[in-house]
Amino acid sequence: MSDIMSLGFGNTVPVVEHPDTGKPGRGPLARRRRRLTAFRVAVFVVMGVFFFTPILAMFEFTTRGTGLGAPRTLASWRAIFDYPDLITAIQVSLELAAITSAAGLFLLVPTMVWVRLRLPRLQRVIEFLCLLPLTVPAIVLVVGLAPVYAWVTYFFGSSTLTLAFAYVVLVLPYTYRVIDAGLRGIDVQTLSEAARSLGAGWPTVMWRIIAPNIRSALLNAALLSVALVLGEFTIASLLSFQNLQVAINFLGRANAGVSIAVALASLFFAFILLVALSFVGRRRSAPVHEEE
Amino acid sequence: MAAAAQSAAAGSPDISTAVDARPRKGGRRLPLAWLGALPFLAYVGIFLILPTGIVVVGAFVGPKGGVTLENVKTIFQGFVFDSFVKSIELSAASSIIGAVFGALLAYAIVSGHPDSTLRRIVTSACGVLAQFGGVTLAFAFIATIGGEGLITVFFADHGIDIGSNVWLFELPGLTLVYSYFQIPLMVLVFLPALDGIKPQWREATDTLGGTGWHYWRHVAAPILWPSFLGAALLLFANAFSAYATVAALVSQGGIIVPLQIANALTSETGAVDAGLGKALALGMVVIVALVMTGYALLQRKSAKWQR
Amino acid sequence: MTQSMTDAAVGPGAASGQGVEVRLEDLRREYGPVIALDGLSLTMAPGEMVALLGPSGCGKTSALRLVAGLEEADAGRIVVGGHDVTSLSANKRGMGMVFQAYSLFPHMTARQNVAFGLRLRGVKDSDRKRRAGDMLELVGLSAQADRFAHQMSGGQQQRVALARALAIQPQVLLLDEPLSALDAKVRVQLRDEIRRIQLEVGTTTLFVTHDQEEALAIADRVGVMRAGRLEQLASPTDVYARPASAFVAEFVGLTNKISGPVQGGRVQVLGTSVAIVGTAVPDGPATAMVRPEAIVLTTDDGAGGDAPGELGTVLAVSFLGAISRITITLPNGGSVIAQLPTSVAAEFPAGSSVRVSVRPDPVPVAPADSPS
Ligand SMILES: Nc1ncnc2c1ncn2[C@@H]1O[C@H](COP(=O)(O)OP(=O)(O)OP(=O)(O)O)[C@@H](O)[C@H]1O
Ligand SMILES: [Mg+2]
Repeated sequence: MSDIMSLGFGNTVPVVEHPDTGKPGRGPLARRRRRLTAFRVAVFVVMGVFFFTPILAMFEFTTRGTGLGAPRTLASWRAIFDYPDLITAIQVSLELAAITSAAGLFLLVPTMVWVRLRLPRLQRVIEFLCLLPLTVPAIVLVVGLAPVYAWVTYFFGSSTLTLAFAYVVLVLPYTYRVIDAGLRGIDVQTLSEAARSLGAGWPTVMWRIIAPNIRSALLNAALLSVALVLGEFTIASLLSFQNLQVAINFLGRANAGVSIAVALASLFFAFILLVALSFVGRRRSAPVHEEE
Repeated sequence: MAAAAQSAAAGSPDISTAVDARPRKGGRRLPLAWLGALPFLAYVGIFLILPTGIVVVGAFVGPKGGVTLENVKTIFQGFVFDSFVKSIELSAASSIIGAVFGALLAYAIVSGHPDSTLRRIVTSACGVLAQFGGVTLAFAFIATIGGEGLITVFFADHGIDIGSNVWLFELPGLTLVYSYFQIPLMVLVFLPALDGIKPQWREATDTLGGTGWHYWRHVAAPILWPSFLGAALLLFANAFSAYATVAALVSQGGIIVPLQIANALTSETGAVDAGLGKALALGMVVIVALVMTGYALLQRKSAKWQR
Repeated sequence: MTQSMTDAAVGPGAASGQGVEVRLEDLRREYGPVIALDGLSLTMAPGEMVALLGPSGCGKTSALRLVAGLEEADAGRIVVGGHDVTSLSANKRGMGMVFQAYSLFPHMTARQNVAFGLRLRGVKDSDRKRRAGDMLELVGLSAQADRFAHQMSGGQQQRVALARALAIQPQVLLLDEPLSALDAKVRVQLRDEIRRIQLEVGTTTLFVTHDQEEALAIADRVGVMRAGRLEQLASPTDVYARPASAFVAEFVGLTNKISGPVQGGRVQVLGTSVAIVGTAVPDGPATAMVRPEAIVLTTDDGAGGDAPGELGTVLAVSFLGAISRITITLPNGGSVIAQLPTSVAAEFPAGSSVRVSVRPDPVPVAPADSPS
């Protein structure tokens, strides 16, 4: 199963199959290159149309005026602020996203490092557990989570933020994959031994040595978690919590325009986050293993 | 999956020996090293294993308590069974389409410069769209090919009826809608496999006298096949467990299993049937587990050459 | 081709003498602003092994890939056995190529890898197996025939790659730093093996390396490249003893740079007038390139007087087995390295005073202050 789930955000070393030297030419190689370029253009155009049209349609929809022949309007976008429930839901979802990505990392990274160093035999177990949520659909999880949440409510109150407990489980597979790839890229053993020999305690090793060296993996994992949490509907809805998607869904019946505007905005927000990250990742693409 | 489960099981005796072999601080029976993994294990135990256990056990408990097989038998009845068939059809169709087109898109991405802005943007977009679903996605397609949709209206203006009112809410339409998150997921999962393809293999094939067809037939396809299959099965599991999109798109009835589960849990008539819900949930887990096991067996047979 | 392949008697010896002449004519290749090849010309006799040697980025790999057809030339021709193959695609050139690393197909065993080229040519299954087995035996890997790439060491993988390239009985064999990923000992072993096999099979071979020792050890001729051109193409002894330019002298082997005035085509080095090889140098100050073994040391008995040479002090002696290397500082602050049989070197302990001169063999000279 490990090879089923290897997300494209790891520290892979990309190898281009046909290094594009950008040369015009006449020979057989130039012909091959032209064919490849034609293929790429075709794929990007077709996929671009497929993926962009619905987005465009959504935007078009949000700008429709009420009534036949009404002029284009941005009223739906402006109206977002007229729905306090929606604003609250946006806020809650952002908080959930932050809590989930941070909690996921705090739970998983130290465990993975520790297991690598001291309990190597446990590695397969951890991997299995982390990838398990892929085989247990969210809708199934929610069935079993209902009684568990009775206790969660008892201890932590009924705040929507308690959803983070369930979301951490949902993001486990993604976080695991990305962190695993990151840790593979560095020599955890040597780094931590070097630091330990210089008198660093475990928290220092984790925070000052390991974390900076897998920074881009951490960022990747965090942002994938953000994308997942912002799009999560099943668990929130069935456990009767109000998060962004539930609010959008609810509002969709009353005022579709506003609901779609918010949905578009959240999509765009997540996209910008990921693009920004990919550039941060590039600057760190040649990791320096400082063994201070 | 089965392989992981097995080795996990096989691994447990080794754990104790490995730890015993290292009598560091702490007693021999509960070495301190274990404490490091405890928070994680406890958390996963409470929020993943326990709920799964509740589902499995609950599937065999009757409405008034006591062990029963009634819930599980219900699965094989008429409309419930149909929803399983529909779910499997939809997941299979959308995972095949997603896998094929996702692989093409992934190949188009890797055949460019590895550091290009295009690659960044496309992979980032895929990261977002792979998690895209629910009412937004449903609405995106209604706004595109629904009765008043952009495309529908466009074609209607030219006197063509694309008839999407009929097929949008059926298998073909749902497959199309699902492709919208399946293809991006495929790209994310399949890119690393493509990145692992060495240009030297193509060049070696060339110098040995092979054509492009030879390369794809004898080298690239066999090497990529296990990853492709694994990715496709992941897509299957992903589609199989998707709930929100169809829930938003189809308001009536339970055409796929997750909707049946939701209905059983929150029946508007008040007739909540927790046992049935759990039995259905168990059915889903079993099917996904079967798929993954099949994959693991296939994988072991076909990929001796992998580490 | 297919016909001859199936009919050809199987076995290493059978293929001998099949080498063809290979001519590279004025090849040019640019990558954007970088000129990788700047008019490279090179002719290889049938069955000859030429090693291309040069600093990193000088265009060795580019030259090889052009010959293989993996890149296209911007200008120039490649002629193999009298046929112009410049615009022929790689899969029709029938050349064997061994890459620097990672070129084995990971999903095939060693035997399947070797047999792959034959399979593409439609050779019968049984013949294919037999021939692959023979090739693996030739490279000494019969025992590993059924292993996958990840089950073999780097050296073994490169041998399989060599066997795979040879299995199609190529007219030309191209080796791009096939040994650079290996450790020193395996390198020496494998390079000798490559040479043995090449002599046995008789294929015209172009061998790219940046390791001068490797080049000098196994090639019939060595081509020293610099910035996309051939600086010198000659036998290993000539390249070493009669370098065509200061660049070659400095690149190949250890060299002393000793300044001295040039006059009338001769250079004055440590009191001895020596002929100049290679490009002519105008009169004036210049730098002579002198091999450590051309340095002559005599004990300074205080008398000396009219004997040629300069007085210096032995700074250090490093023992290298049968020979020793002695570093001498000169009064002008420069230093010179001499190489002597260890028994002779014993006469010059560190700290002793010696008279340093050179054997009157011709040396290459660079104008003073030239960068190389
Ligand atoms: N695909 C390419 N795109 C751009 N520049 C290239 C490409 N291939 C080679 N070059 C440039 O052409 C020049 C010659 O490269 P080449 O690989 O032939 O050098 P080399 O002699 O093999 O060096 P090395 O010993 O390091 O392998 C270099 O400056 C290199 O940067
Ligand atoms: Mg090179």
